[in-house]
Amino acid sequence: MSLAAKSNEIRMALTGNESVAYAMKQINPDVVAAYPITPQTEIVQIFSSYVADGDVDTVFERVESEHSAMSAVVGAAAAGARSMTATSANGLALMWEVVYIAASNRLPIVMPVVNRALSGPINIHCDHSDTMGARDSGWIQLYSENAQEAYDNTLQAVRIAEHPDVELPVMVCQDGFIISHALDNLYTLDDAAVQAFVGQNNPRYSLLDVDHPTTFGPLDLQDWYFEHKRQQAEGMKNALDVIPEIAKEYEGISGRDYGFFEEYRTDDAEAVMMVLGSTAGTAKDVVDAMRSEGKRVGLVKLRVFRPLPVAHLVRALRGKPALAIMDRAESFAASGGPLYKEIRSALYDCEQAPMVSNYIYGLGGRDIRPEDLRQVFEDNLRAAAAGHIEKPVTYLGVRE
Amino acid sequence: MAVNLRELSKKKVPFTGGHRLCAGCGASIVVRQMLAAADHPVVAGVATGCLEVATTIYPYSAWETPLIHNAFENVAATISGAEAAYRSLKAQGKVDKEIKFMAFGGDGGTYDIGLQSLSGAMERGHNMVYVCYDNGAYMNTGIQRSSATPMGADTSTSPAGSKIPGKPGHRKNLTAIMAAHNIPYVAQTTPAHWRDLVTKTKKALEVEGPAFINVLATCPRGWRIPDDATISTLRLATDTCFWPLFEVEYGEWKLNYRPREKKPIEEWMKPQGRFRHLFREENKHLLEEIQAEVDRNWEQILRFVDGK
Repeated sequence: MSLAAKSNEIRMALTGNESVAYAMKQINPDVVAAYPITPQTEIVQIFSSYVADGDVDTVFERVESEHSAMSAVVGAAAAGARSMTATSANGLALMWEVVYIAASNRLPIVMPVVNRALSGPINIHCDHSDTMGARDSGWIQLYSENAQEAYDNTLQAVRIAEHPDVELPVMVCQDGFIISHALDNLYTLDDAAVQAFVGQNNPRYSLLDVDHPTTFGPLDLQDWYFEHKRQQAEGMKNALDVIPEIAKEYEGISGRDYGFFEEYRTDDAEAVMMVLGSTAGTAKDVVDAMRSEGKRVGLVKLRVFRPLPVAHLVRALRGKPALAIMDRAESFAASGGPLYKEIRSALYDCEQAPMVSNYIYGLGGRDIRPEDLRQVFEDNLRAAAAGHIEKPVTYLGVRE
Repeated sequence: MAVNLRELSKKKVPFTGGHRLCAGCGASIVVRQMLAAADHPVVAGVATGCLEVATTIYPYSAWETPLIHNAFENVAATISGAEAAYRSLKAQGKVDKEIKFMAFGGDGGTYDIGLQSLSGAMERGHNMVYVCYDNGAYMNTGIQRSSATPMGADTSTSPAGSKIPGKPGHRKNLTAIMAAHNIPYVAQTTPAHWRDLVTKTKKALEVEGPAFINVLATCPRGWRIPDDATISTLRLATDTCFWPLFEVEYGEWKLNYRPREKKPIEEWMKPQGRFRHLFREENKHLLEEIQAEVDRNWEQILRFVDGK
């Protein structure tokens, strides 16, 4: 993403939570149902003020739990309303059952998720265990590096979710506290531009279409369930075409271009790092510092994790000697984190595939320092030179 | 609000036959009578349970009115979301029809796993009617006990064993719990009293805000009664005061049926196979205990009604 902006854009100083709440205000969804949880709470609070001041047309339901939040937005979206919620960690875990149901009903719900470590032990700080756990739920997942991206991704998510070839819900992920509570400078579109971009929601079926009654969520047994799952998989596949289309259109109004991932100084890199979320900012600084020392390092920041843009990733990573995958989540497979598993698998058939190593870092908000990332690059430059990786999976920045 | 059987019987009810509910099932009668009572289109929700699995087997649906099934414990939240969508879109001029919202759940989805979702939706004040068809156990999964199961009943998770004679403990008084939510309308009824049920449904649909109706419904399999004993068994439930017919309008309790002669609870229990073991000599004390609980509940309602 470039820091470009169009002349009619407004520069604002907002935290990640504020930027998402502001995007929600500009989207002006028909229904929001949400439950507060740290670090997402501010989104709910700020949105409450928009509702209380009549800035939005939204009917806002302050439900008694995240399970009911997701259940209510499923009901609302099935009734043809553009519907949103937001959550973090345990809140997402409590929703779990209905998160899957939302996707299987092909309901275009948009949900900002402020990433936080899942209990236990209880911890309110950032890691990606919450959304990584939901990676097979059938939701599209967009990860954001900063408040600007959280804002831009939220607006694009509406269009991606509602696209007739997709019809799937979208999680817009931002790192708890690191992005959600940090003040950032960003460009925002004016309300009219957002409204023109998001347009009208035109669902194919609605509960409120009483003249054409539809049964949502029927019992689906051996003779049809599989076909419906297959169609759902196709929607996810179609998102690989739709996400760039929407990004292109968004670039037209914002000047900011979004791909499936961002390649940062990777052209001749010997060691490439892949990250999700805010760590990309730190990593870019480290890349710059090491490049100035003549070290050939680069970064791939993955924005779209679901669907996984395998072909694009293979093209980008082919021929790179060493690739370090940074996982801010542990999958307890005794063999590496979730991003590592997926990317390594994606590269299996790739000619000149890089050697791939995995670093699990930052769990429960453990700070990731430039020197930690420098160590990862140094390890991988050494591996590239030696032609082999010494340690496939490393826990980074932990007392062992 | 006069209810005319002739008019009612002419009404096209948007719930077809051909569904897979058992012969004698109380739930389908409840749904038919309630939908017949509605004067406006109804968007319905159904919790996972017999009613759902037997009426929505893809690609078929018995529902000729919009229906959503989400999960077991969240029909109240789901319909509250649909109702929120309706309010939003109506205020924005995108929908103009008058539409009513009803949620149906069994006692499993209502008394137990769905109680939080129900309580939340009622407290938020959605314009919706929640209907519990209470057949006193998790019938869909094979007659496991719920907190609505009457004391002593033989279920697959509270079997009448040689040491423990069926379900220990009394049932939860859910209708009173819902009345304590201070919502505009709460009622208890059965399809054996069709006029009572239809009148209460109309009231619930017309009231502004949330309404809750608890409907005793038979399960021939779970209760171990013949298919044709549905209505007679439900009548005995009211004549023994096991299931009083009452309503609570804005906190005002009103009794809708006072049996001329309050029959002993044994008369309701005797025809039901699930209570058979309680009639053995060694369990006689349980019958007395059950009768005492029925009496206490009845007295409590009379106190509420008379305002003493």
